[in-house]
Amino acid sequence: MKKLEEIHEIREQKRKELDLRVNLKADTQEKHILVCRGTGCTSSKSPKIIEELNKAIKENNLNNVRVIQTGCFGLCAKGPIVIIRPEDTFYAVVKPEDCAEIVKTHLVDGKLVERLLCKDIDGTEVKRLDELNFYKKQKRIALKNCGVIDPENIDEYIAFDGYKALEKCLMEMTPDEIIETVTNSGLRGRGGAGFPTGKKWMFTKMAQSDQKYVVCNADEGDPGAFMDRSILEGDPHCVVEAMMIAGYAIGANKGYIYVRAEYPIAVQRFQKAIDQAREYGILGKNIWNTGFDFDLEIRLGAGAFVCGEETALLESIEGRRGQPRLKPPFPANSGLWKEPTLINNVETYANITKIILNGAEWYSSIGTETSKGTKVFALGGNVNNIGLVEVPMGTTLREIVFDIGGGIPNGRQFKAAQTGGPSGGCIPAEHLDTPIDYESLGKIGSMMGSGGLIVMDDSKCMVNLAKFYLGFTVDESCGKCTPCRIGTKRMLELLERITEGKGEEGDIEKLEKLANNIKAASVCGLGQTAPNPVLSTIKYFRDEYEAHIKDKKCPAGECKALASYSIDPNKCKGCGICKKQCPVGAISGEVKSAHVIDPSICIKCGACASKCPFKAISK
Amino acid sequence: MSENKMINITIDGKQLSVEEGKTVLEAARQANIEIPTLCFLKDINEVGDCRMCIVEIEGRRGYTPSCIQKVEEGMNIKTNTPALIEARRVVLDLILSNHDRKCLTCTRNGNCELQALAEKYNVTEIEYDGERNEYEIDELSPAIVKDLNKCILCRRCVATCNKVQEIGAISVANRGFASCVSTASNASLNDVNCTFCGQCIEACPVGALKEKDSTQVVWRKLRDKDEYVVVQTAPAVRVALGEEFGMEIGTNVAGKMVTALKRLGFDKVFDTNTGADFTIMEEGTEFIERLKNNGVLPMITSCSPGWVRYIEMNYPDLLPHVSTCKSPHQMFGAIIKSYYAEKMNIDPAKIFMVSVMPCISKKFEITRDDMAGAGYPDVDAVLTTRELARMIKQANLDFTTLEDSGFDDPMGEATGAGAIFGTTGGVMEAALRTVSEVLEGKELNKLEFKEVRGEKDIKKADLQIAGKDIKVAVASGLANAKKIMEEIKNGNADYQFVEIMACPGGCVMGGGQPIKSSKIRATVDVRKKRAEGLYSIDEKSQFRKSHENPAVKKIYDEYLEKPGSHKAHELLHTSYVEREKYKM
Amino acid sequence: MENKCCNCNCGKADEDLQKILSKYEKDKSNLIQILNEVQEHYGYVPKSAQLGISEYLDMPMSEVYGVVTFYSRFTLKPKGKYNVAVCLGTACFVKGSEKILDKAKEILGIDVGETTADGKFSIEATRCIGACGLAPVFTINDEVYGKATPELIEKVLEEYKNK
Repeated sequence: MKKLEEIHEIREQKRKELDLRVNLKADTQEKHILVCRGTGCTSSKSPKIIEELNKAIKENNLNNVRVIQTGCFGLCAKGPIVIIRPEDTFYAVVKPEDCAEIVKTHLVDGKLVERLLCKDIDGTEVKRLDELNFYKKQKRIALKNCGVIDPENIDEYIAFDGYKALEKCLMEMTPDEIIETVTNSGLRGRGGAGFPTGKKWMFTKMAQSDQKYVVCNADEGDPGAFMDRSILEGDPHCVVEAMMIAGYAIGANKGYIYVRAEYPIAVQRFQKAIDQAREYGILGKNIWNTGFDFDLEIRLGAGAFVCGEETALLESIEGRRGQPRLKPPFPANSGLWKEPTLINNVETYANITKIILNGAEWYSSIGTETSKGTKVFALGGNVNNIGLVEVPMGTTLREIVFDIGGGIPNGRQFKAAQTGGPSGGCIPAEHLDTPIDYESLGKIGSMMGSGGLIVMDDSKCMVNLAKFYLGFTVDESCGKCTPCRIGTKRMLELLERITEGKGEEGDIEKLEKLANNIKAASVCGLGQTAPNPVLSTIKYFRDEYEAHIKDKKCPAGECKALASYSIDPNKCKGCGICKKQCPVGAISGEVKSAHVIDPSICIKCGACASKCPFKAISK
Repeated sequence: MSENKMINITIDGKQLSVEEGKTVLEAARQANIEIPTLCFLKDINEVGDCRMCIVEIEGRRGYTPSCIQKVEEGMNIKTNTPALIEARRVVLDLILSNHDRKCLTCTRNGNCELQALAEKYNVTEIEYDGERNEYEIDELSPAIVKDLNKCILCRRCVATCNKVQEIGAISVANRGFASCVSTASNASLNDVNCTFCGQCIEACPVGALKEKDSTQVVWRKLRDKDEYVVVQTAPAVRVALGEEFGMEIGTNVAGKMVTALKRLGFDKVFDTNTGADFTIMEEGTEFIERLKNNGVLPMITSCSPGWVRYIEMNYPDLLPHVSTCKSPHQMFGAIIKSYYAEKMNIDPAKIFMVSVMPCISKKFEITRDDMAGAGYPDVDAVLTTRELARMIKQANLDFTTLEDSGFDDPMGEATGAGAIFGTTGGVMEAALRTVSEVLEGKELNKLEFKEVRGEKDIKKADLQIAGKDIKVAVASGLANAKKIMEEIKNGNADYQFVEIMACPGGCVMGGGQPIKSSKIRATVDVRKKRAEGLYSIDEKSQFRKSHENPAVKKIYDEYLEKPGSHKAHELLHTSYVEREKYKM
Repeated sequence: MENKCCNCNCGKADEDLQKILSKYEKDKSNLIQILNEVQEHYGYVPKSAQLGISEYLDMPMSEVYGVVTFYSRFTLKPKGKYNVAVCLGTACFVKGSEKILDKAKEILGIDVGETTADGKFSIEATRCIGACGLAPVFTINDEVYGKATPELIEKVLEEYKNK
């Protein structure tokens, strides 16, 4: 139990101690080695790296060096990442066996370990993190502490203004003033639908009940999105604090966070944050003598995408099958155990403390007319800088993919990007200059979604992509309403037929009719948006669908059943490598004369094409 | 009573003033505007899942299910736009694409809500055909058949089993396209906590749930000249059978039914109501014994086999509360195979006893141990009301024009007390008529105990009989039974006598009765109409007290000696067992 | 029904389950938490545990079964000693994880959700394990293999086969 004054002392003292983390000109002999312990880098053995670094430091008797585990830095493609502050040296793709050298060369000898420095996409060598193009257009609000503090240490959070917003709310602001601030900030739900957050808070506050709940939706289901996970792993206290502020504002004293069980690190860090906050008397009864009580509990998901839908999530917290409820009534009036419930997602909460401390005006000065602040994207797919980026609303897709993401690898061309995951749509090259905000993305047939942003190059077949997403929704449909339960399955079957070369004239129209009826007639957001990937790919790549159906060809060459391999006799030198590679003996030919593929035997595995030294085999 | 607030809405251009709290569907029906439904079952399954009842509401994105949307001031609703019709056709198409569509060989052919909609929406071919889920048919139990190949996942059965009966024998398993109505571990209904009440069958809009067929075995016996095939009919059958032939709900068709049964070839047609009179004699005596000798009280009735199966599974410790009396048709069967066989000089081994029952659990009951009072099974086959109707149709009998005939002697005349067995409170009322006279030792003028009549879930009454304070309770539906059982378990029940029926409303609403569509269930009080039919039989009866039944008196005099005698126990009483809920 | 499960040390199973149950209040909303723990403990959710939970929480066993079969994390059969999970999240899919899954199926001769006859391997297709930076990714038990190729999974499986 800590008094408010003690918290102030910790903040002041700790802030000085940690100054070198953010002040790159800090005048100090101390060094902090930051090692990413997000899921990605942890998978690539960053815990071992920490161990090895500490070992080497001890061996070299370095007393002024500390190794700190942090959350995600964002540039996952270069992980595991090690950063040394205050000089901000950035070592990429570090292996445990590199640690002794880092300590010896960098810390003892004061020289850079050149071979571990990373090169930017344009070839320039990067010594310092802030030199990377990847970071130049970013603005970190939700991710402010990620990669800066040790997420498992509440003091470090407190050092960087942690729990200061809560203090301000409890001591200086009325619930109405808080809601007004959130409303004026223009913050909208980051889970995907973009409902104004302040309004949601107000509705829940207005609902009459002695018992209300605050819920955090951390069931990040969009495959390929990991912003919420990274926030929970890198800065769990900021979510705890925001949920408390929300509780105070709407009149709730109990909160639940619903996290995917597939996120063990996030769960463990969040639990630790709850425990520490309780220990400090920040969570509990009569917090700082204000009379405000608040406590939090974690509820684990168990692998159902639909539980990201807020009412399905409530069902799941209550221990049932995650089947969405009909709305209205909305959770603000009838949510958890039928009581008024405020549900926001992780990233939404991650903005709250900053809005409270810096003011609504500051926040609303960032972004576009209708979409304020920043948005975190999980950039993935065929793009160089895979990772986590946070950009002001209004940044164009081109800036994200090319300036921040470093463009498309392997000399390929950009074909499309998918936002909104299985609920969203694809965005073709012609719309690369669309500023990212809720309305603009909706207008071009996609949606903001929770922040997955998957880039596809020209080797990707868009029909196959639509099929992939439909396969996902068919697997994840809860099965409650007819259109989604059977309709999405029938759409998938149609797409399977088309990609197998069995498509028929009229199939596109059939798909469109079914898609539109599923959208209009389904119960919840999952069904209502499930057809989007199909409709948007038909909209922008109809010719690709037609090629599959009419010409029985897959222009991108991805659909196996439609591929037909042949050897260009002019390029073939008769080396015989392809013949050896072929698992079914479909290739024949004499040495030094052109070979041929028997299409009736060929299983289209592509082994020959990948091994041909003369690139004589094409699909 | 204060006037309910009225809400002004527009449906299809018609301005309406509707009571607050009504749904759009109800409002439309009031205005004679038809909206199709499929998963909707009033008060039981109001979930808006099937998406047939969708409507357009001005200012709203997408479609709204009218079955749960309450009317709101100024709402402008369209129920049958071309877009909605297309959406409904697509929904129907999708449902049918995953349905086995073997309509010709389905028991619900002609009485299927899906079939009716497919016809109405002119779905003549399946546009979105594809893979179908295929399931093994579960026909292991003696009472019920579950065929998921026909299931459309409306979940009316699941809601009935879980919310009305609070049994939870079935739930929904898996998700998405693989979702299915399932028992625990997908075991047979025979091996789980199912009581065979059959309310799920009544709820099913299609043929996914049905009774285990007994018509074939009965036809076979009727063909066999060596067999002496006797039939008895339960009280509730006569006020429902007519519905299968288009007659008004609750019409008493006893006379036509007897004629039909004779025409079908049964050697004798008897009335289970007489069996009910025996039950009152035995049960009344047992009650008085318990009352006088500090026996286990409250005593609970045992006529409803679904209820008996329920207590055996859920409250085995409380089994001593249950009357040891067999149910009326079992008693009657035992008497036929003993007294009647002797009297008529027929080899009881040759008698094939058929019961026509409003119940499917009776199909299970006849397979129980200790149900062969005369050394032969009391009853050999149970037909539901629905199955009898099917047999009558197969025999090409024009039911509505059949002349009336009476039940066969020597058991012909039953009492009104026996008739009201078919509705909730009836057994109690019949018992009270007899018990009060026995205890008072004189004839009483009080015949009707209206305290135990009516639709309330649980009815309680405090009675003064022979200076004694007697408290009784009547519950129908297993959720209500559970409430009473919890009271008894926790020592909070001060009743002496309790009547429990597994089906809500009693046997008139049994799981073997004619199936009513969702729309009829929402707009007509079926229970009340059928119950009124029985009360009217009672009122018109010459005898209205079981102990006044001349046939019953005669058989006691000639054969059984007296109620509760050794012989009576041998023939008319049974025993119970603790039953595992889950055999797997 | 015997209150034991088929594949493990039976008497102990019952005791273990009671230990898990005793941590939770008899509140239906704890069902998923309990199931998560049971799945973790046994590697699947045995029938006996479903029954035990239904009795403990006073709810129909069919409902427990309905919840178990709704969530993909819960399984009714034990997984193999080595569970090969190939990520089919979008980031991995775009990077060709299907080919890796196909290779695993080919090598082990089983389909997704199946276990090899010797109980050694099972294959699972998962949705995003969160290591998108390493896409495509597969895991064997807790070990993560990033930037995977069909050749890599072939090599890795060969190693596990000999373990």
